[in-house]
Amino acid sequence: MTAAGDRRVVITGIGVIAPGGVGVKDFWQLLTDGRTATRRISFFDPSPFRSQVAAEVDFDPELHGLRPQEIRRMDRAAQFAVVTARQAVRDSGLEFDALDPLRTGVTIGSAVGATMGLDQEYRTVSDGGRLDLVDHRYAVPHLYNYLVPSSFAAEVAWAVGAEGPVSVVSTGCTSGLDAVGYAAEVIREGTADVMVAGATDAPISPITVACFDAIKATTPRNDDPEHASRPFDASRNGFVLGEGAAVFVLEELSVARARGATIYAEVAGYATRSNAFHMTGLRPDGREMAEAIRVALAEARLDPEDIDYVNAHGSGTKQNDRHETAAFKRSLGEHAWRVPVSSIKSMIGHSLGAIGSIEIAASVLAMTHHVVPPTANLHNPDPECDLDYVPLVARDWRTDAVLSVGSGFGGFQSAMVLARPDRDRR
Amino acid sequence: MSTAQTGSFTDDDLRRILREGAGSDESVDLDGDILDSTFEELGYDSLALLETGSRIEREYQITLEDDAVSGVRTPRELIDLVQQRLAARPS
Amino acid sequence: MTARAVVTGLGIVASNGIGRDAYWAATLAGRSGIGRITRFDPTPYPARLAGEVSGFAAEELLPSRLLPQTDRMTRFALVGADWAFADAGIRPQELPEFDMGVATASHAGGFEFGQNELKALWSRGGQYVSAYQSFAWFYAVNSGQISIRNGMRGPSSVVVSDQAGGLDAVAQARRQIRKGIPLMVAGAMDSSICPWGWVAQLACGRISVSEAPDRAYLPFDAEACGYVPGEGGALLIIEEADHARRREAPQVYGEIAGYAATFDPRPGSGRDSGLRRAIEQALRDAEIPPDGIDVVFADAAATPELDQVEATAITGVFGPGGVPVTAPKTMTGRLYSGAAPLDLAAALLSIRDGIIPPTTHVRLADRYEIDLVRNAPRTAPVRAALVLARGYGGFNSAMVVRAPT
Repeated sequence: MTAAGDRRVVITGIGVIAPGGVGVKDFWQLLTDGRTATRRISFFDPSPFRSQVAAEVDFDPELHGLRPQEIRRMDRAAQFAVVTARQAVRDSGLEFDALDPLRTGVTIGSAVGATMGLDQEYRTVSDGGRLDLVDHRYAVPHLYNYLVPSSFAAEVAWAVGAEGPVSVVSTGCTSGLDAVGYAAEVIREGTADVMVAGATDAPISPITVACFDAIKATTPRNDDPEHASRPFDASRNGFVLGEGAAVFVLEELSVARARGATIYAEVAGYATRSNAFHMTGLRPDGREMAEAIRVALAEARLDPEDIDYVNAHGSGTKQNDRHETAAFKRSLGEHAWRVPVSSIKSMIGHSLGAIGSIEIAASVLAMTHHVVPPTANLHNPDPECDLDYVPLVARDWRTDAVLSVGSGFGGFQSAMVLARPDRDRR
Repeated sequence: MSTAQTGSFTDDDLRRILREGAGSDESVDLDGDILDSTFEELGYDSLALLETGSRIEREYQITLEDDAVSGVRTPRELIDLVQQRLAARPS
Repeated sequence: MTARAVVTGLGIVASNGIGRDAYWAATLAGRSGIGRITRFDPTPYPARLAGEVSGFAAEELLPSRLLPQTDRMTRFALVGADWAFADAGIRPQELPEFDMGVATASHAGGFEFGQNELKALWSRGGQYVSAYQSFAWFYAVNSGQISIRNGMRGPSSVVVSDQAGGLDAVAQARRQIRKGIPLMVAGAMDSSICPWGWVAQLACGRISVSEAPDRAYLPFDAEACGYVPGEGGALLIIEEADHARRREAPQVYGEIAGYAATFDPRPGSGRDSGLRRAIEQALRDAEIPPDGIDVVFADAAATPELDQVEATAITGVFGPGGVPVTAPKTMTGRLYSGAAPLDLAAALLSIRDGIIPPTTHVRLADRYEIDLVRNAPRTAPVRAALVLARGYGGFNSAMVVRAPT
C-alpha cells in the first residue's frame, strides 16, 4: 500500500441530477448550450411568497431504478443521492462487489437534509400547524430517517456495499465541496481506498422558500423566471433556489491506474476556512475565501497561473458576487483578470448543499472536453465585477486545472483544485 | 401593547419590537435616548433590521420596500418611515 | 512525525449537571437527571421520560441579541465552548485567527427552532417565518456560531452520523491538527425535546416507554426496553501537543490516541456488525493492545438485539469480563451526537481521577459476559479508555483516549 504521504486521490466515476439535466450527458449539454432551467415554482403554489422561481428537476424515481419501498421511505434528496451514486459506480467501471467493503466508504453532503419530508410530515402531524402537541399516530414510519439526515449516507452505503467510514457532511452551502474534500482526506490518510462521495439537496419546499424570503436572499424576479439568476450582472437581485445531486467515485491514484480506470481528474487540493463574521453576511474583502484558495493551491503544488478555469460560487446575490470577485483578486493576483470565471448557478440555480458537488462535476467535465461553461444572463456586468465571467456562450478552452469555490451561511469558505494527475507539480 | 389599531408607531413600539426580535446589547441602554444613534451603534445588524422590518409589517399591516428598510440608519428614520406608511394606509 | 492531539479543556451540559464539575460530581454520586418531560405535556405520547437540562440560564450566559437567533442546542454549544476555552486557559481573541477551527456533529440541527418556524408557516403564513430560520436550525449552525463568537477563521466542519457523529467530529479535529491547525473546538450539543422532535424520535422504535425513571433505560439488563433520550453534550478543546506544552496549558486531560469508523453490512445480509472491526482498528490506530484499555464506555442502546451485538463485540476483543464496561449515559439519557463527546469527557476525567463512573439502575443479564461497573463508581487507575458510539442505520465509531505522557 502506498505510504500516506504519497497517496493521491482521483475521480473515476460521475453521477449527476440537475435541473434540466438528469445524467452527465444531458447536464453537460445544458451547460454548453447556455440554457437555463429556472422556472416558476411548480411543486406547490408559490403565489404567497416573495420569490416564486426555482430550478426544479423533472425526476421520475421509478424511471431511474428506485423501487416502490425505496421511494416511499426515502426523502427526495436521498433518492437523488442513491440514483447519482449508482450512476457514478456504473460510470467508474469498478467492480464494487470485489472490493474490501471495510476499505470502501461514503461521504454525502447535504445542507438541509430531508427538508421536503419534514415540511410535509410536520404539516400532517400538526394538522396544518393547528396542534402544538403534534400527533405521532399520523407520522410515517420512517420519519426518523427524515429527522437525522445521516440516513442519506446509509442509503448510499447500502446501495454500493460500503462498510468503511460512512457519514454525512453538513456545512451549509459548501457541503458539496466539503464532502468530497473530506472523502479525499480519508483516502489520503490511508483509511479507505475507495470513497463514494458527493452531495444532494431537495429544498424546494414552502419552509425554505419562506426563510429565504425573510432575508430577501432569493430573487423576486418572478416575471422572468428563465433569466432570474444573474450572477455578476449589475441587475442581479438574489439567487434562485435549486435542487439536485452529484456523486463521484474517488479512488487512490495508483489503484485507479493499475486497473486502467478512466481518470477524470485528481482532487489535487482542498481547503476550508471560516469568515467568523456573520451567519449570513459577507464582508466585501473576501480574505478568508482567498486564504482557502491559497491553501488549496499550495496543496496541489500549483501557482495561480496554472489555473485554467475558475468555477465560481456566483450565487447572484449582491454581496456574494462582490465578495468572491475580491477573493479571486486577492488570491490569484493578476491572473484573476486573465482566467475565465463562470457561475453555472446562472443556469441551474443554487441547490444549497448539493451545488458544490454539481460544480465539481461541471469542472471535471470542463477538463474532459476543454470547454468552459458560460455565465448565462450576463448582459450588463456590474462594474465592481470586472473579471472575465464568460458571458452567455460556452468557450472552447484548454482546461487542465480548475479552481472551484463555495461560500455558505455560517461563514464557510471552501476551495478545491482539480487537475490532471500527470501534470508538473512544483 | 401594540398601537397598531390607533395608527401610530412610537419609539416604545420600536423598542419592544427590537427587543423581541433581536434582543438588545448589554452595553446599550435601549430605554435611553436612542433615536439618532445608528442601528450599528445600538448593536443591530442587517439581519436584525430585516427581522424587525418583517415584524413591523405583520403587526401593523403595512409593506416596507426592500430598499426603504435597508436605507434607514437610525431609529428615528425607521419610525418616520413606518409612520408614513401608516398614514398612507386606507382607513 | 505525526502531530499528537491532546485535550486541554472541557465544556459540559447534561441533565444531571451543568458544567464539568457539577456533571462529574453528579455522575460519580450516581445522580440521574432523567425524569418526566416538563417542557411540554408528554401525556399523549407512549414515551414520557427524558434527560432534560433544567436550570440552564441562557439569558445570563449569553448576550441577549443571540437569544432570538439560537436554538437551545446552539446556546448549549456557545456556552460549552466558552467554558471549554476558560477551562483550557485560552482567550481565543489572543490566538492567530487562522490557527483555530471547529468540528461539530449534529443529529437534527436546531429542531425546536425549526418546529416553531414550521408552526408559524403553516398556521399563519410564510411572512411569519423569521429571518433567523435561514440558519438557526440547520446542521451547521453550531460550528458557524462558535466560529463567529470566538473569531475562529480556521477550518470549520460538521458531520452527521446520528449518535456516532460525536466521535467522527473529534476525529475530524484530530485530522485538522495533523494538517497543521494548532487548535480545534470539537464535539457536539444536541437537543430535540419538543413535541415535533419527540414524535420524530419515537419513529425509530427504540425509545423506552417505561414511566419509572429508575427502570426505563436499562442497557445490558434482561428488561432492556429501549433508551431514554436526553439533551446536552460536550465540547472539547483539542490542541496540538507541542502547542499546549509551549503555552503551559493549565492541564492536559489526555490524548486522542486512536479512532476508527465502520458501517454495518446491509440489513438481511446475515453478516456480523462492523462494531468489532471498528474497535480493533481503533486500538491498532492507538497502538494499544486490548490489555492496555482500562475501561470501555459503551454505546448502550438498551434494546436486547443491540446490546447483544455490543457485548459480543466487546467480549470478542477483550475476552469475557476482560475489561470494565460502563454507561454513565444511564444518568443523562442518550444525547445523540452529544453522547460520545460527553463519554470522552467522562473518560478523560476517569483518567485524571483514577475512578470509573457507574452505570445506574441496571441488573446485568448473565448472557452478556461483560464486567459492567454498576451502582457505585470503581476506583482504578485508568491509563486508556475506549469510547463506543453507534448510529441508527449501522454507523459504528470507536475512539481511544489515553493518559497524558
